[in-house]
Amino acid sequence: MYNAGKIIIGIIIFVGLVTFPFIFAGGKATAKPDPKIDTPEILKMPENERKCVESKSFMKKEHMQLLNDWRDWVVRDGNTIYTNAEGKTFNMSLQNTCMKCHSNKKKFCDECHNYTAVKPYCWDCHIAPKEKES
Amino acid sequence: MSINRREFLKMAGITTILGIGGVSAVQGVRNRVEASQASRAPEALTAKRWAMVVDMSKFKSEEDYQKCINACHLSHNVPHITDNPKHEIKWLWTETYEHAFPGNEDKYRAERFQHMPFLMLCNHCENPPCVRVCPTQATFKRKSDGIVMMDMHRCIGCRFCMAGCPYGARSFNYKDPRPYIDGSKENLEFPTRMKGVVEKCTLCYERLAKGLQPACVEVSNGALIFGDLEDPNSAVRKVLSERFTIRRKPELGTGTSVYYII
Ligand code: SF4
Repeated sequence: MYNAGKIIIGIIIFVGLVTFPFIFAGGKATAKPDPKIDTPEILKMPENERKCVESKSFMKKEHMQLLNDWRDWVVRDGNTIYTNAEGKTFNMSLQNTCMKCHSNKKKFCDECHNYTAVKPYCWDCHIAPKEKES
Repeated sequence: MSINRREFLKMAGITTILGIGGVSAVQGVRNRVEASQASRAPEALTAKRWAMVVDMSKFKSEEDYQKCINACHLSHNVPHITDNPKHEIKWLWTETYEHAFPGNEDKYRAERFQHMPFLMLCNHCENPPCVRVCPTQATFKRKSDGIVMMDMHRCIGCRFCMAGCPYGARSFNYKDPRPYIDGSKENLEFPTRMKGVVEKCTLCYERLAKGLQPACVEVSNGALIFGDLEDPNSAVRKVLSERFTIRRKPELGTGTSVYYII
């Protein structure tokens, strides 16, 4: 093999560069997000009423769409009350409804958003719940 | 394998049908919410066209103005920026007679009118020029009650509306407003704004939805009168039918909804 030394060094450097992000992250980046819903506000509710505005699977998949719709209905149409599939009503407000229960933005919102590297701009304007630095 | 034209068309037809079926199956899985699920709060105050009368005779001291301005600015987290007058954010503010009603000056007019501060806010015009020039419909006239609203999510900060508004009712956030909001007095129920958006008075749409009068009206001790311009029995119409009132720059045809009793 011609230039064996150079090629082998090259390969080592290449492999090093490619695997660097994985080694550097130490497997942490792949840790699954684990959003928490154990806020005092939620725990205070009786077990059978501990439900979000829609079902858990719907909220997981569609919360962004729901928030978009809520925004348009409130800001553009002046409608502020949302009736869910079960007929229960809610005041449509990220700051005053969602975050009153989910007062743990860091462990609830950020957990998955960081994992999936999405940066919603909600908190540029909406005031996030005051959380103790932990 | 070779296929003839007929076979090709058959296959294309079948795949199209499958494709359409596939799309609707996907949409079926996405259980979207419907606009019919949204409704107005029963306690909300409603009108065809909200309007305000500013009774200047009831503003006697500096404090009378400040009371209203503070109520507004605190409930909407309006930043208090003093280091550069161009960066100032104002929803409710005062202006001299000559600035408020230009073209109407008279050097022999009583001194007290020349120097009297007039309370200013967005006029929630009937034909708002700011709305016509907005390229994203971030500012729009609400059909239900005539409020000229701001959808901050859509504002791209082009400032056309500021150029379009003949009343200087709009302020631009040249910098992040948050450091200029007193954290201890922050209203945690209302958002702030971010750098790069235009803001102005929204006639307290969030309070109206809860059945409350606008914040400035509530603290004004009757100096600000609020009501439906299209309802002949409203508080506003009563005052308008009894007292002489003027509006800012009526010659522009904007149809302002804020009236002044001098
Ligand atoms: S006063 Fe200015 S900002 Fe308000 S509606 Fe009229 S043009 Fe628009």
